[in-house]
Amino acid sequence: MRDVAIIGVGETEFGELWDRSFRDLGIEAGLKAIQDAKLRSEDIDAVYIGNMSAGKFIDQEHVSALVADYAGLADMHLPTVRVEGGGACGAIALLQARLAIASGMHDIVVVGGAEKMTDVGEVQAAEILSSTADQEWETVFGATFAGLYAMMARRHMYEYGTTREQMAAVAVKNHKNGALNPEAQFQKEITIEMVLQAPWVAEPLGLFDCAPLSDGAAAVVLCEMQKARKFTDTPIRIAGSGQASDFLALHDRRDLTMMDATVVAGKRAFQEARLEPKDVQVAEVHDNFTISEILAIEDLRFVEKGKGGPATADGLTALNGKISVNTSGGLKARGQPVGATGVAQAVEIVRQLRGQGGKRQVVGARRGLTHTLGGTGATAVVHIFERGD
Amino acid sequence: MAIPRFWREIQSRYNLIGTKCGSCGKVDFPPRAVCPTCGRRSVGKMQRIQLAGKGAVVTYTVIHDAPAQFEMQKPYVMAIVQMDEGVRLTSQLIDVKPEHVKIGMKVQATFRKLGQEGDAGVIHYGYKFRPMA
Repeated sequence: MRDVAIIGVGETEFGELWDRSFRDLGIEAGLKAIQDAKLRSEDIDAVYIGNMSAGKFIDQEHVSALVADYAGLADMHLPTVRVEGGGACGAIALLQARLAIASGMHDIVVVGGAEKMTDVGEVQAAEILSSTADQEWETVFGATFAGLYAMMARRHMYEYGTTREQMAAVAVKNHKNGALNPEAQFQKEITIEMVLQAPWVAEPLGLFDCAPLSDGAAAVVLCEMQKARKFTDTPIRIAGSGQASDFLALHDRRDLTMMDATVVAGKRAFQEARLEPKDVQVAEVHDNFTISEILAIEDLRFVEKGKGGPATADGLTALNGKISVNTSGGLKARGQPVGATGVAQAVEIVRQLRGQGGKRQVVGARRGLTHTLGGTGATAVVHIFERGD
Repeated sequence: MAIPRFWREIQSRYNLIGTKCGSCGKVDFPPRAVCPTCGRRSVGKMQRIQLAGKGAVVTYTVIHDAPAQFEMQKPYVMAIVQMDEGVRLTSQLIDVKPEHVKIGMKVQATFRKLGQEGDAGVIHYGYKFRPMA
């Protein structure tokens, strides 16, 4: 396999962007990434798009060709690919693009991720998110996406003594980081009390335990490593990638307090990179709910199983803590345009490893990790990145 | 949900029909064509089985933000139930106050209305669970 590096990144602001369409967002992120890489359109071999559900959110399928078209690439007749995999689609698109370059088929691929979620009402948007769970055997009985994560939280509290305050600490930390990110949806700090007093969504998760509905897009430019050095002095190498799947329905999983897909994807990525969790200084993990980040840092072995709550409350995962987790603000504060998530996580890690983290820069960051989930953990993707200079 | 789509699954939603692997004996619900443990060895050996309808709560939640279909029922309790046969499923818990639900609580299946297609469409029936009598 040929080595692959990221040579350009770009993203839109995230939020409820009433004046921006799906194509506006996709194009803005893509053009920013291309500009960042100092590419010409002729250099691009293919376009990969992570998108969860444009068909349901904006009634538009075939978004891969659409994005290439409006990015001015129609006359080049590039191959375009749209990837679906629940919330993990952006991270899978990145993995597939990496493989296309590693194999020698392409040299330069633009990977975008985008979702426009606010053209439908909140109840409908929540139902669309729920469709990544099992529609026949979970949601038809009244289960919601938040409800399924709430049942993981309840069981984690029961088995490990995790508290609502510890889960709230995830939201508080990520809002604190988001306040340092000019592209984040929420750039405002919150307190533990605010999280605990927020209205219930699905007990034991309240409104501030849940990531928001968002519009937004992100893009990265991937390039074969030798060629990458012609474009940049700081190519960010993809050192390892792992993807794993599991039972679609939560109730069929081996253990409701851990995600085997995350465990396996993490092992595969670390094995390929020949690294250990301790070698990583900064991680973007899938905090669609506060409990999700606690599970992720345990299942990726940054902390001992069952200790994710206390570790967060003690500041181990804070900015420049033992490992800095979700420096962008995470899904919770940066926002959660689903298809963009996996790509936006990679954008943040690239910025951190280049030393472009601004006020949220992790000191001495040389290696970073992204972790992205589909559904309630039926898909997990982990990428490990390192400076290539 | 389209009528045939719901109708196709009513055997399992009405009568808790699952499968038992003829190779390892593990019970699955809903029915599977392939046993997750035995893989290809189980093909053609998956036998239909009716669950007895008794189990215990593994975890639960109280839903406050509900889908449009369930708006009138909120807040309501959803649980993952471990059946006596070993398999787990997701269901509403009824006839119990949310504050009285406990992990480990014994529950049994009961036949209830799940929802309906708008004001004049078909009614969907299926299982819900309630505390063991």
